[in-house]
Amino acid sequence: MNIEKIANAIDANVVVNSDAEIERFYVGDFLSRVMGSAPSDSCWLTVMNNVNVAGVAVLAEIKIIVLCEGVMPLLDLKSRCEMENIALLTTRMSVFEASVKLGNL
Amino acid sequence: MEDCIKLHYVVDGQDFVSCGRASEDVKRTLKSLGISSQVIRKVAIAMYEGEVNMVIHADGGIADVGIYADRIEIVLSDKGKGIADIEKAMQEGYSTATEEIRELGFGAGMGLPNMKKYTDDMTIESELNVGTTITMRVNIV
Ligand SMILES: Nc1ncnc2c1ncn2[C@@H]1O[C@H](COP(=O)(O)OP(=O)(O)OP(=O)(O)O)[C@@H](O)[C@H]1O
Ligand SMILES: [Mg+2]
Repeated sequence: MNIEKIANAIDANVVVNSDAEIERFYVGDFLSRVMGSAPSDSCWLTVMNNVNVAGVAVLAEIKIIVLCEGVMPLLDLKSRCEMENIALLTTRMSVFEASVKLGNL
Repeated sequence: MEDCIKLHYVVDGQDFVSCGRASEDVKRTLKSLGISSQVIRKVAIAMYEGEVNMVIHADGGIADVGIYADRIEIVLSDKGKGIADIEKAMQEGYSTATEEIRELGFGAGMGLPNMKKYTDDMTIESELNVGTTITMRVNIV
């Protein structure tokens, strides 16, 4: 599924767009958990907000980051995502709420 | 002598807000060499965890990567405080990370287990207050 579909489902704001198409999701905040378990070409839901989040996405081949619970991305996270062509979305929904919506798509 | 591409990085010990640059460079290099994405993923994950560990636990260090026809070798060495009990450190969930480090998302105690899981061979040599050297190998299949 694409970013438009994800954004609509969780009422998200698209901070950094891309033409990524993903089929799998992962949820988590501890970076080494995400690193070891997130599938590649996936969408990652988190509340963690710093530039290392983009670094992990690059190395683990995560294509879309969704910051939940109304977290507003720090500037260096946003610019890093732009630079690396990683999509960045924000939603006011909790990680659980967003997961349920996305899981039902 | 066996053909090999060697990469060398100095990993800054202060920069834990944006670490992983050496791993990202290795990833780019492997990609440009046409190495398979499965192998790149293993190397990227294992090296990132080791690189972060040098930054957050050892005040930085040196990363050397050798790309051979049949394997990739990664050597990470630091002059940090060393690991007192390697067996314990290898356990999932064991971490001595501070609260400040945890707030950045590190400290799950999964770094060393990930390194083990994603490499074909890994050895740790460590001496208290002298430093740590971790050698990893990922086979190109
Ligand atoms: N290079 C190193 N120098 C000194 N101690 C280290 C080094 N690497 C790891 N350690 C020790 O081993 C422990 C476990 O490392 P590991 O990478 O598994 O977890 P972590 O770094 O604490 O958390 P995570 O990797 O999940 O963010 C660390 O908390 C630290 O005490
Ligand atoms: Mg670690």
